[in-house]
Amino acid sequence: MRSYRSRRKWKNRIASLLALVCVLVALVPLVSILMEVVSRGAPAIDWAFLTERTKSSGAPDSGIGNAILGSLLLVMWASLIGLPFGILTGVYVSEYGDNWFGRTVRFFNDILANFPSVVIGLFAYSLIVTVIGFSLISGAFALAIIMIPIVANTTEDALRMVPNSLREASLALGVSRWRTVLKVIISNGRSGLVTGALLAIARVAGETAPLILTSFGNNFWETGLTEPVAALPLVIFRNAMSPYADLQEQAWGAALVLITMVLSLNVVVRLLTRKRMKLYKVVKKTWKERLSLSV
Amino acid sequence: MEGKIVTERLNAFFGEVHAVKNVNMSIPANAITAIIGPSGCGKSTLIRCLNRMHEVVRGARAAGKVYLDGEDIYDPETDPVEVRRKVGMVFQKPNPFPTMSIYDNVVAGQRLNGEKDWKKLDETVERSLKLAALWDEVKGQLDASGVSISGGQQQRLCIARALAVEPEVLLLDEPCSALDPIATAKIEDLLFDLKDKYTIAIVTHNMQQAARIADFTAFMYMGELIEFGETKKLFENPMEELTENYITGRFG
Amino acid sequence: MRMMRPTRKHGSRRSRASLEDKLFKYSVMGIAALVLALLWSLVVKLVFDAQTSIETFGIDFLTSTIWDPNRDLYTALPFIFGTLMTSAVAIVIGVPISIGIAIYLSELAPAWIREPLSFLIELLAAVPSVIYGLWAIYTLRPVLTGSVEPFLMDALGWTPFFEGAAFGIDKLASGIILAVMIIPTVASVSKESMMAVPDSQREAALSLGATKYESTRMAVLSYARSGIFGATILGLGRAVGETMAVTMTIGNANIISWSLLDPGQTMASVIANNWGEADGLMLSSLIEIGVVLFIVALLINVCARLMVGRVMKAVPMTGGGL
Repeated sequence: MRSYRSRRKWKNRIASLLALVCVLVALVPLVSILMEVVSRGAPAIDWAFLTERTKSSGAPDSGIGNAILGSLLLVMWASLIGLPFGILTGVYVSEYGDNWFGRTVRFFNDILANFPSVVIGLFAYSLIVTVIGFSLISGAFALAIIMIPIVANTTEDALRMVPNSLREASLALGVSRWRTVLKVIISNGRSGLVTGALLAIARVAGETAPLILTSFGNNFWETGLTEPVAALPLVIFRNAMSPYADLQEQAWGAALVLITMVLSLNVVVRLLTRKRMKLYKVVKKTWKERLSLSV
Repeated sequence: MEGKIVTERLNAFFGEVHAVKNVNMSIPANAITAIIGPSGCGKSTLIRCLNRMHEVVRGARAAGKVYLDGEDIYDPETDPVEVRRKVGMVFQKPNPFPTMSIYDNVVAGQRLNGEKDWKKLDETVERSLKLAALWDEVKGQLDASGVSISGGQQQRLCIARALAVEPEVLLLDEPCSALDPIATAKIEDLLFDLKDKYTIAIVTHNMQQAARIADFTAFMYMGELIEFGETKKLFENPMEELTENYITGRFG
Repeated sequence: MRMMRPTRKHGSRRSRASLEDKLFKYSVMGIAALVLALLWSLVVKLVFDAQTSIETFGIDFLTSTIWDPNRDLYTALPFIFGTLMTSAVAIVIGVPISIGIAIYLSELAPAWIREPLSFLIELLAAVPSVIYGLWAIYTLRPVLTGSVEPFLMDALGWTPFFEGAAFGIDKLASGIILAVMIIPTVASVSKESMMAVPDSQREAALSLGATKYESTRMAVLSYARSGIFGATILGLGRAVGETMAVTMTIGNANIISWSLLDPGQTMASVIANNWGEADGLMLSSLIEIGVVLFIVALLINVCARLMVGRVMKAVPMTGGGL
C-alpha cells in the first residue's frame, strides 16, 4: 500500500504541473504575437506610413493612412446603425422581455453573437452589395449586424444588474414606466452599456471576412458611402500573402496599429468593468440619492 | 486516560480572525463527544481542525498540536490525505456526489485507495449501508443516483460513505440541522450504535440532542473551550457560570 | 372631512402616461422584432441566391468531389471535409489544453493570480483573426517546417495523416492556429462551470482522503462535465466558422486529402479565397456553400446554447473577427 500512496502523491504533483504547463502553453502565442507585431511592425511606422495612402509594391511613400481612415469610417457607420438597434433590443429583453418573445430574441441573440462572420458577410452581400455594390455602407451594414447581438447581450446584462429596488422605487414615486426605463435604469446601467459598446467596436474593428465580401478595399482616399473603402484588416490580409518584402512590412505595420487599437479598447473595458464592480456596492447603498437625482 | 484525540494549545485563524483560541481538549475513544455553543463560537472550526479540513479554505491556518493516538497530525512530515482517511467527516448539508450512483458514492473512498475487487466493494457497500441504517431502504436501488433519495437518506449515505474507508474517528458537523425530526432521530440512533467501534465527535447547536446522545460535552464560547465533562454533570451541575447561562437559555 | 374628488387633471395624466408607456414598450419591442425579422429575411434571401447552384447540381453538390471553374463544376464536399479535419485537429489540441487551463484557474491558482491570468487568456480572443493568420505565416510556419512537421513525418509518416511534404501551409497549420483561437472560449466557459461546483463537493472528496487531483476529478470534473462538454461544442462552433486565419494557412487547394500535411480548403476559406473573381454559377455555388456553413454553425451553436445555457455570457466577446 505504501507505494500506491506515493504513486497517488506523484500523480497529484504531476497533474498540478500539467495544468500550469497548459496555461503557459496558451500564453506563448499571445506573447509571441505581441512581440512579433511590435518588432516587425515598428520599423514600418513613421509619419509618412500613417498618412500616405496604400500604393503597390515598389512605390515610394506607401502608407496606410487611407486604411486607418477607412476602418474608422466603417466602425463609425457600423456603430451608428448597430448601437441603437442593439441597445434598444437589449432594453426590450431586459425590461419587457419576460415572455416567450423575449426569450426567443435572447436565444437568437446568443446564437448570432458567435456566428461565423463570413456568413454575415454573405448576408450583407445578398442584400446590399447586389443593390449598391461594394461600398462603405455595405461593409458598415455587415459590421452592424455583427455588433447588434453583442451589444444587445451586454446591454441586457448591464441593465439586469441594476437593482430591482430602483425600478420599484421609481414606479412607486409615480414616474411612468418608459421614463423609469429611459432615465433611471439606463443611466444607472450606462457603464455596462459603454463597455458593451467598446467591446463590440473592438470586435468589428478587426473583422476581415465580411469586408472581403462587401467593401473590397481601395487604394485611394475615399469616403463616399457608396464607394469601396480601404480598411486595416484588408491591408493586412492582402499584403501578408504578397511576395514583396516592402508590402509584407506594411502588413506588420498595419497589424501593429490595429492590435494597438483593439487591445487598448479591451484594457479600457477591463478597467471600467473593475471600477464598476467596486462601485456597484456603493451604488446599492446610495440608490435613494441616485433616484432623486436622475428623475 | 489519554483521549483518542488530544488537542494541545490549538489555535485556528481565518486570515486575521482568531476563531479558535488555545483549546486543550481530550476526546475519549469509543464515546460520543458533543461540542455545543452559540453561533460563531468556533465549534465548527474546531472540529474541522481535527481532520485538517480547516486549512483547505483559502487564507485559513491552524497552529498548535492535535494528537491522534499520540501522533501529531499537524507534524510537517504527516500527510493530511492520510489523516483524513483515518478521521472521517460528515457535513451539515448532505453532499453525495450527484453524478454517481449510491453504490459508487459509498465505495468512492475505497476506489481512491486502489480497491478494484468487485466482491470486496460489494461487501463494503453492504457493510457500510447497514452501519448507516440505510441498507434496507436502498438495497434495491443501488444504481440510482446519489441524490435521488430523500435528504435524511442522503445524509445517511454520506455517513456510509465516510465509514466505508474504515476511519477510526467520525466527525459530524451539525449533521441533522437540515433534516426533519424523524430523520434526525434515525441518525441519532445509528450514532448510538456506532460508538462501540468508533470515536465520535458531533457539533450541534441543539442542546437537547447533546443531552440525548453524548457521553461527553464540550461547551465553547467566543473561540475558547469553557467547560468539558460528562454530559450529565455538565447539564445538571455546570462548573462555569457561562455554561450555566447558555444551558438555561440566557443567551445563544 | 374633506371629500377627495378625482379631478380631471389626474385622470388624463394617468391615461396619457400609460399611452406613452405602451408606445415606448411597443416601439422597443418592434425594434427587437425588426432585428429578428431582418436576420430571417437574410437567410431566405441567401437561399434564394443559391437557387441557381442548387438547381444545377442538386444533391451532387454534397457528394461530388470536383471543383473546376474551367468546366463550371462546383461542389461542397471537399470543403466540408476540410472544415471537419481542421476543426478536429483544433478540438484535439485545443480542448485538453483549455481544460488544463480551467483546472488551474479554478482549483489551483493562488487568489492574486487568478484575475490577471484570466484576463490574459481572454486577451487571446481579442486578437483579430487576420493577425493570427499573419503570425502563422511568418512565425509559426518556420517552426512547423523546421521541426514539428519533419518530426511528425518521421514518427507518424506511415499513417495516412502525415504523408506528403512539410511546407507548413496545410491543414495541420490551420488546425493548430484554430486550436489557439478556441482556447479562450473553451477555457473560460469550462472555468465558469468548474467554479460553479459547490465547495461542499470538494470537501466531500477531500474528507474521504483524496488528493487535490483526485478531488478535482471526482467532485469537480464530473459535476461540471455538461458545462465542459458545452464549452467544447462552443469551441467547435468557433472553429467551424473561422475564416481569416484558416484562409491564410491552409493553402487554397480545392482537393480532398487525408494527410494533415497537405493543403486544403474549408467552407469558410473557399468563400474568402474566391470571392473576388466569382460570378454567375460560381458565385451561386459559393453562396450555397455559405448556406451549408450557416446550417452547420446554427446547429452547433444551438446545441451549445442548450447545453451551456446562459453561461454563454462567459464567452469572451472580444473576438477580433472570424
